[in-house]
Amino acid sequence: MIFVTIGTQGPFDRLIRTVDRAAEYFDDPIVAQIATDGKYAPVNMKTSAFMPYSEFHEHFRKSRMIIAHAGMGTIINALVEYKPIIILPRLAKYGEQRNDHQWDTAKALEKLGYVHAAYDEDELFEKLKLFATTGLKPLHSIGEFAAGELITALRKDLNHHTALSDHPSFEMRST
Amino acid sequence: MKVIAIASAGGHWIELLRLMPAFHGKNLVFISTDRSFGDSVPGHQFFDVPDASRWNKMRLIYMAFCVMLIIVRQRPKMIISTGAAPGLMGVIAGRLVGANTIWIDSIANVERISMSGKIALNFVHKFYTQWPHLSTSKIIYKGNVLT
Repeated sequence: MIFVTIGTQGPFDRLIRTVDRAAEYFDDPIVAQIATDGKYAPVNMKTSAFMPYSEFHEHFRKSRMIIAHAGMGTIINALVEYKPIIILPRLAKYGEQRNDHQWDTAKALEKLGYVHAAYDEDELFEKLKLFATTGLKPLHSIGEFAAGELITALRKDLNHHTALSDHPSFEMRST
Repeated sequence: MKVIAIASAGGHWIELLRLMPAFHGKNLVFISTDRSFGDSVPGHQFFDVPDASRWNKMRLIYMAFCVMLIIVRQRPKMIISTGAAPGLMGVIAGRLVGANTIWIDSIANVERISMSGKIALNFVHKFYTQWPHLSTSKIIYKGNVLT
């Protein structure tokens, strides 16, 4: 199974349309979480607007490849489950997102060698066509929790029984 | 000690859950914007609030009211958030009830601190980024949620 997810920030027709076009190259069924209000109605995939947490995870675990927007939730899930993922960032100029932070996320994580990324419909189509035949390998795996250093720092903050005052701007205001 | 962990549904929530070992031994209460997410934190108290962004002012006010009500009733000693708008309301409400407040800006904010984060920076006791190049004297970098 191929699992497609575009998150909850509204429709992402460019991605759904491209996957729908590339569907003929895949032998496996495509299941997609596509949000509501999209103008494009896909025909080559099984769709639902929104999935509850448990259903989402079941699809995620069963799939052999994830095609997604550049949302951190989806990317983290793919890295934890060690699933190959290809992402297309949502862009503000198409009204897909309020800003272009997904572009930055995609660039940064691609550079780290964590994910496969495409930046427009043509590139996504060509990559999907290629991956449909060659298969796609997961690039990177992560554990269940955040970096130990971050956890340790937060634990220390949380164990403060008096008011934290390490934030310089806060100190300035309170004096 | 009661700790409220608050994040909107989606990536912000997933990032928050990856910090769980930091909360060990605390009386932990979660707030998010999707009721079904309560399933991902079994054994913990969970509240859902309406989602809203700064582009819908009326809904934002309603969401802020809901967050405020929970925090005033719960009286936490600490509020921690990974964003976005509901998390911002959480840390502001936290300051009003005298809680310590911590903001962890999402790893999705690679080039700049998020809009909610920029506002939160004026309120919170501790502010973390997940990218070393975004750290400053006020913004702490101690690694990210991906390791």
